[in-house]
Amino acid sequence: MTLLSLSFTLAFVAFAIVLSIRKRLGLEKDLVVASVRATVQLLVIGYVLKLVFSFNSPWFTFLMVAAMVAVAAYNAGKRAKLWKTVFWKVFVAIGLTETVTMAYLLVLHVLPVKPQYVIPVSGMIVGNAMVISSLFLNRLYGEVSNRKQEILLLLSLGGTPRQSIRQVLKDAVKASLIPTVDTMKTTGLVQLPGMMTGQIIAGADPIQAVRYQLLILFALLAAGAITSITLGGLVYPTLFNQHQQLKRDFE
Amino acid sequence: MAMETDAIQFIDVSVPFGDGHGGISGLTATVEVGKTVTLIGPSGAGKSTLLSLCNLFLTPQRGTVNIFGKNVLEWDVPSLRRQVGMVFQTPVMLPGTVLDNLRLGPKLRGETVDNIEPWLEAVGLSPTVLQQPAQDLSGGQKQRLSLVRTLLNHPKILLLDEVTSALDSHSTQLVEQLVQRVKAQQNCTVLWVTHNLEQARRVGDETWLLVGGRLVEAAPTEVFFTRPQTEAARQFLASVCKGGQPS
Repeated sequence: MTLLSLSFTLAFVAFAIVLSIRKRLGLEKDLVVASVRATVQLLVIGYVLKLVFSFNSPWFTFLMVAAMVAVAAYNAGKRAKLWKTVFWKVFVAIGLTETVTMAYLLVLHVLPVKPQYVIPVSGMIVGNAMVISSLFLNRLYGEVSNRKQEILLLLSLGGTPRQSIRQVLKDAVKASLIPTVDTMKTTGLVQLPGMMTGQIIAGADPIQAVRYQLLILFALLAAGAITSITLGGLVYPTLFNQHQQLKRDFE
Repeated sequence: MAMETDAIQFIDVSVPFGDGHGGISGLTATVEVGKTVTLIGPSGAGKSTLLSLCNLFLTPQRGTVNIFGKNVLEWDVPSLRRQVGMVFQTPVMLPGTVLDNLRLGPKLRGETVDNIEPWLEAVGLSPTVLQQPAQDLSGGQKQRLSLVRTLLNHPKILLLDEVTSALDSHSTQLVEQLVQRVKAQQNCTVLWVTHNLEQARRVGDETWLLVGGRLVEAAPTEVFFTRPQTEAARQFLASVCKGGQPS
C-alpha cells in the first residue's frame, strides 16, 4: 500500500469528525487525539519490529515480549481497587500465560522460532490476557463487595480465606472467559478474525490463513484460562489480612 | 491441666466502630464457661462489635481478648471460629438446598453430618424443607436454619446477634429452648445480643448494658432488672419500659 493510498483513508477520520460536529457529540478532540496516537504508535512499532526482525536475536525478541507483558499488566491492574498490591501479580499471571503457551507452540514446532512469528502471536496472547485480567479483577472486586455476607458466613463457620472465596473466584473466572468463548463461537459467522483477514489481504491461501487463525484461537482460549486461574490464586490472599479478616475496603 | 473457668475475657479492650465514629473503649469483663450473657443497649452501643471481637472478625486496637484463656491472636483462626460460632442478625443462605446449607460447616473440614431432622424439629421446621432451595425460604425460616447450621458445627461458645428479631413469639420460644438445651447438654457459653428485654431476662444468667461503647453495668440478670446499680441502667430500663426509643 502506498502512502498516498493510505492518506485517502484519512477521509474516514474527517467524516467522523464532521459527524461529531454536526450532531454536537463533542468527540472531535478525542477523534483527533486517537487518530494521531494510533498513527504514531503503529509507525513506531512498525520501525521497532523492522529493527528487531533485522537483528533476528532471541534477546531482542525476549525484551520486546517482556515490555508487552509489563504494559499489559499496568493497563489491566490500574483500575483495580488494590492496585499497588496487584501489579506484580498481574505481571506474573500474564508472564506465565505467555511463557506456557509460547513454549508449547515453539517446542512442538507449531510456530517457527523467528521474531516475525513470536512477536505478533505473543502480542495477541498478551493482549487477550490483559483484557481477561481486567475483566477478572473488575468482576472479582464487584463480587466480593456484593457477596461479602456469604464470605463472612463461611469464615464464621471455620472456613479458610481460600475456602470462603472459592465460589466467588470460580464465578469471576467464568465471567472473564465468556467474551473469549463467545468470540470463538461466532468467529467466521459474525466477523473474520483480524489475523486471518490480514493474511488473506497479503495474498495467503485462505485455508492456510484459517489454520493460523485456529492456532491463535485455541492458544487464546488456553491463555485466558491460565491467566484468570493464576490471577485468582495470586490475588485472593490480598483481599484478607493476617487475621483472616476480609479487608475493610470491602466493608 | 487446670480446667479453664472463663470462656471469654475482655481485658481493657478498645476498638473503633467501622464507620469511624466512636468505638468500644477500655472494656474489661469476663464470661464464665456455661453461662449466658445477654448484651443489651441502644443501637450503635457496640454490641455487635463486641461479638466480632470474640471470633476475630475484628482485632482489638488495644487490650486483649482471651478465649478459654488464650489470646484470640494466638489461636489458629479457622479453629477459633469453629469453636466460637456466630449467628448473624441477617441470615445468609448460599445457593443450594437447605441440606447443602446445613452441611456447610462440617464440609469445610471434610466431614459429613447426619441426623439433622431432630435439629430442624427443635426449631419448628419440617424435615421436608431439607431438599428445598434455601433461598426460597422465609426470613424467619432462614433465621432458624442459620442457628441450626451454626449449632451443627458444635461450637463451645455461641454468639447470637439479634437472632429472633424476625421471628414470631412461638418460633422465638423454640429458638430460646434449643439454645438453652444445647447450653445444658454441651456446657456451651452464650453471648446473646438482643433488643428484647423480656428475652434478655428470660435467657440470661448475666446481663451487660453497653452504652456508647462502654460497659456501664454488668450484673446477674435478676439483679440487673430489679436493682440496677447505675443511673445509666435505671434510665435505660425506664426509657424502654415507657416504650420510648433508647438512644
